[in-house]
Amino acid sequence: MRNVIIIGSGPAGYTAAIYAARAGLEPVLLASSVEAGGELMNTTEIENFPGFPDGIMGPDLMAKFQEQAERFGTEVILDDVTELDLRGEIKTVKTGYSGEFEGRTVIFATGSAYRKLGLGDEDRLSGRGVSWCATCDGFFFKGKEIAVVGGGDSAMEEATFLTRFASKVYVIHRRDSLKASKIMQDRAFANEKIEFVWNSEVTGITGEGAVDGVTLRDTVDGSERHLAIGGLFVAIGNDPRTHLIHGQLDLTEEGTIAVEGRSSRTNLPGVFAAGDVIDPHYRQAITAAGSGTVAALDAEHYLSALDDAEKLEAEGETTEAEALIASA
Amino acid sequence: MTARAVDQASFQAEVLNSDKPVLVDFWAEWCGPCRMVSPILDQIAAENPDKLDIVKVNVDENPQLAMEYQIVSIPAMKVFQNGEVVQTVIGAKPKAALEADLAAVLA
Repeated sequence: MRNVIIIGSGPAGYTAAIYAARAGLEPVLLASSVEAGGELMNTTEIENFPGFPDGIMGPDLMAKFQEQAERFGTEVILDDVTELDLRGEIKTVKTGYSGEFEGRTVIFATGSAYRKLGLGDEDRLSGRGVSWCATCDGFFFKGKEIAVVGGGDSAMEEATFLTRFASKVYVIHRRDSLKASKIMQDRAFANEKIEFVWNSEVTGITGEGAVDGVTLRDTVDGSERHLAIGGLFVAIGNDPRTHLIHGQLDLTEEGTIAVEGRSSRTNLPGVFAAGDVIDPHYRQAITAAGSGTVAALDAEHYLSALDDAEKLEAEGETTEAEALIASA
Repeated sequence: MTARAVDQASFQAEVLNSDKPVLVDFWAEWCGPCRMVSPILDQIAAENPDKLDIVKVNVDENPQLAMEYQIVSIPAMKVFQNGEVVQTVIGAKPKAALEADLAAVLA
């Protein structure tokens, strides 16, 4: 039986692990088999994580998170969670190849998954010019004209990164202004290889064996046109990854896991959630890390209340024991 | 065991002329998902020594092969049989999903 099972290996999961491990709770962290390290594994330079004034590469930062979590006794397992039962006092978590884990608490930090455009040709042309990972695939578009869809920080980062390879990068955005941070906007505006295509929505992707263009609809006058490009990078946002817990944990209207106030407490006792999976607004590495801290402290508090309650129960003080558990 | 590297020069002999089906893992140092999927491919290779050979092509060092096989997204895993591409799997996936994708070759 584990004290704490952490699901997810981004900044939230690893920070929760660091705190839980330092509290002597010997957490196990289920990191996933192919997405360990989370979203930052596919980023390049991170300039806004405090403590790294010269910036740090995303994968390097995640390696440090992992090292710090392991230093205090976190067991990191590179496997995927396939099934969960969070309802009882003992939670069970099944994995692909590493068997089943039982825990007194679970911290859910599964982050979010990139959002698709939802077009019929998107899956057909995925890996054939449609991509969600500029750092993985940008290399293959040397000297080509390509496009990024989206208007946030990640769209600006991808567009700027892709100008290393592409001869031209169109940024297609539905509105006439960006929601990206000022520094990212300024960098994109100053880049001569980037051209903005405002008020435009991608309604189709064309090409037989590979992408050769996109159909754009003007969001102001509804007119349609075709833009010839050799690759399309989709950066239109993320959705919280909650498929594992459907029906067990309450969700908010935005689709994130519902937590009580500023805590990490879900609707089930002993189950905590942290990071992007509870955050529809901020979604930063540092806010996720902070959120992981909250979850570890909440889990620690819950476990000590549970221990105290068990002692009281052993002494026959059932009512007080129940009150303690209820308050945790 | 780590899958051996194949390059432009050895591709014909090691992949196209092989009697066994060969899965070619097109990868690069800078590709995070490639690093994640690589040990999974090694496991699959070790568990199916008679059915499938697994080799790696570094796209940085072998741009002609990447271009010839129209790689625009990595990791890209192509299965060659009798010199022809019979299957393409793109993107890092958990072991069970990869095995399902490769079911025809591993059967």
